[in-house]
This record gives sequence, structure tokens and C-alpha cells, in this order.
Amino acid sequence: MTPQDYEFLRKILKERSGLDLSSDKQYLVESRLIPLARRVGLSGIGELVQKLKAGTEPLTSEVVEAMTTNETFFFRDKIPFDHLKEAVLPALVQARASRRALRIWCAASSTGQEPYSIAMCVKDVAALAGWRVEIVATDLSQDVLEKSKAGIYSQFEVQRGLPIQMLVKHFKQIGELWQLDADIRGMVQHRQLNLLQDFSHLGTFDLIFCRNVLIYFDQDTKVGIFERLSRLLESDGVLALGAAESVVGLSDAFKPYPERRGLYRPNTARAPRAGAGSVMPLRAVASATR
Amino acid sequence: MRTCLVVDDSSVIRKVARRILEGLDFQIIEAEDGEKALEACKRSLPDAILLDWNMPIMDGYEFLGNLRRMPGGDAPKVVFCTTENDVAHIARALHAGANEYIMKPFDKDIVTAKFQEVGLI
Ligand SMILES: C[S@@+](CC[C@H](N)C(=O)[O-])C[C@H]1O[C@@H](n2cnc3c(N)ncnc32)[C@H](O)[C@@H]1O
Repeated sequence: MTPQDYEFLRKILKERSGLDLSSDKQYLVESRLIPLARRVGLSGIGELVQKLKAGTEPLTSEVVEAMTTNETFFFRDKIPFDHLKEAVLPALVQARASRRALRIWCAASSTGQEPYSIAMCVKDVAALAGWRVEIVATDLSQDVLEKSKAGIYSQFEVQRGLPIQMLVKHFKQIGELWQLDADIRGMVQHRQLNLLQDFSHLGTFDLIFCRNVLIYFDQDTKVGIFERLSRLLESDGVLALGAAESVVGLSDAFKPYPERRGLYRPNTARAPRAGAGSVMPLRAVASATR
Repeated sequence: MRTCLVVDDSSVIRKVARRILEGLDFQIIEAEDGEKALEACKRSLPDAILLDWNMPIMDGYEFLGNLRRMPGGDAPKVVFCTTENDVAHIARALHAGANEYIMKPFDKDIVTAKFQEVGLI
């Protein structure tokens, strides 16, 4: 791959998905894009870049999706889900007693293990029976959303993080595969959404899971997303980030939830900032749509 | 150091399991059938047991029943590890007092996840 081709690919990946590749990730790009190029009948990266420059939209999306990391598992890191069941949901049960409704957003839901783990937790909180609980799962990639909707997992996938009692309780076996029961699947709505673009139309949420996606973005992009997430979260709502992610040192839109690693609350005490109510288009998006 | 008894009639599986569990800081004891496993438990109860189902002499299911009736036999965390990969077997195992269940084939990620699940890591 020529340095020019690598720079071109880095630029479109940054603009389209936020993926911030350092200058030494050629091997990663090659390992993911050479197979893609061959599949669509091109000889290699050089031809692929030529085609992209000519501007074929479906191919660009394929390239962007091929470069995203979709790895996920049920009840990832365990502790955030224990907190969810034992502290966060019970507190919301109290706070929303008159509304009897909750809205939860899983903002990079991949193949569904995360939103469905949330759904299983919700199901386990007896006080939420009869409530209107909306779980909105969004991702950039249409492919992972399709897999998520089907709710069908391999034997390997159901053994990473999912307690055996949950497997027996909520899944049906189909040969070597396992399908999540329709009642849990029905709790989750799926939508395609790019976090770089405006998402204010989703409305406000009591709980936002945005885990293991911001790690791929550069600082400015992260800060902008924290800012926009904070506008969608109720003042007593909770944001969950991945184990390697934090707002600390980046944004004062949220502050860590005491004693609960990985969870954050809106920082209601901070000074209101100029233009905070309007949608601030991210630099990356602005250049992508130019 | 915590101890784990690995019960399987296949020496290859025992070797693979040993390597994974030693990597998770367990001290390993091996047994090739349920009867030998029960003898090992009478000598000293391990913290965890990785247990195959189908074995000659005494199978894993019968072993588990015997273990849970022993004095102190409710303490070890028992993780089945078997090719019996259907819901009926899983339900029977849980009913008999198994704590977790691994469907073969397995790898390090699965063993780690399951041992975390039962609170041993
Ligand atoms: C590593 S997975 C994380 C899945 C899950 N949240 C978890 O923690 O296990 C990252 C997901 O983010 C998605 N993604 C990457 N860039 C995105 C963007 N700009 N907007 C929305 N989703 C994006 C990818 O498609 C992928 O499914």
C-alpha cells in the first residue's frame, strides 16, 4: 500500500465513522481491506482506492464497516450490569413512579449482546413489571443490526459472559445455535445511526450505554459526543462507558457516579456554556458532507 | 493458591484444561473418572471442579450427586465441561447442584468467563 493510499483511507475512515487510525496501522487496513477488495473483483488496495475516489457509495460503506471492530459479549465486564440491576434501575423505579416509563439507549449496540443484556436485567427487576420500557439499539453498521434483530448466537457467543441460568431461561436451542426468546427480542428496537451525526431526534433518555466505541475516536470527537449525549440524558439519568473509557480530563458534561466504576451522571452544577442548546456539527461531519 | 480438580477421561482434555487453569493461577489435581474424583475429594476438597459428563466407572452426574451429599461437599464450585450440549442435560446438571456449564469445544475465553461467573476469579 502506498503512503498516499493509506492517507486517503485514513481520511475517509475518520470522516465517515470517526475511526482515528495512527500512522502505523497499515497492517490492520491491509488485513481487513485486501479480502474485501478481492471479493468485489479488485486486485488490491490500489484499485480499491481508485474506485473509492470515483465515489461509489455502497463500496465506501463496506470499507467503513470492514474497518470497525464489532467484538462484544453478553454482560460485558459484569459489574456495570450488577450496578444496573442493584442500584440504577431501583433508583429509577422510585424516581419515575408516576410516569411508569423508562427510555434506554444503547448507542453502539453491535450484534445485540449489550442491549439484550440490558433487557434481561430489566426483566429481572420485578418492580418494572407493567412499565413501558423502551430500549433503543443503534449502530453504524446495518449488518450487525440485522444479526442483532435475529437474536441468533453461536455456542461460542452464548458462553462468553452469559450465565448458564440465563441461557436456559431466555434462549431456545436451534441445532448448534441459540435464539433469544421473542419476549426479550421484542423489548429492543433497532435503528441505524452514526454517532458523528446529529442524534437529537432520538429524544431524551434515562439511561445511555455508549461503551467501547469512543475508544476508537480522537479527543475532539469524544468531547463533542459527550456534549451532545449530555443533552439527551435526563438530569438524574446515568451514562455507562466501557472499562477503558472515561470523561475525566476530557469533558465536564458528566461526572463519575460515586462508587460505581464505569457509570457517570450529568454534571448539573457546571456553568451553562454559550450555544449549548444548539447542535454543534462536529468538524469531522462537516468535512464529510462537504 | 486455589485448587481445581479436573475430571475427564481424556488425557488430552485434562492437559488442555490444566494449561488454561494454571494460567488462571489454579493448582491442578487430575482424575480420569468419577470414582477417582470422589476419592480425591475425600482426601481434600478442592475450590473448583471442572467436570466431564460421560466417563467410565462413574459419570459426572453421579459424581456430582455423591459430592453434594458429602460433608462439606456443597462448597466446591462445579463447572460441567461436556459435549452434552442440550437444554435437557443442562437443566439436569443445574438441578443436581452444578454452578456453571461449559459446552465443548471450549477455549481460554470461555473457561475464564465461566470461572468469573461463579466468583472464582
Ligand atoms: C466494539 S463494538 C462495542 C459493542 C458494545 N457496545 C460493547 O461494549 O460490547 C463497537 C461498535 O461501534 C460501532 N461503531 C463504530 N463507529 C461508529 C459510529 N461512528 N457510530 C455508531 N456506531 C459506530 C461498530 O459498528 C461496532 O458495532
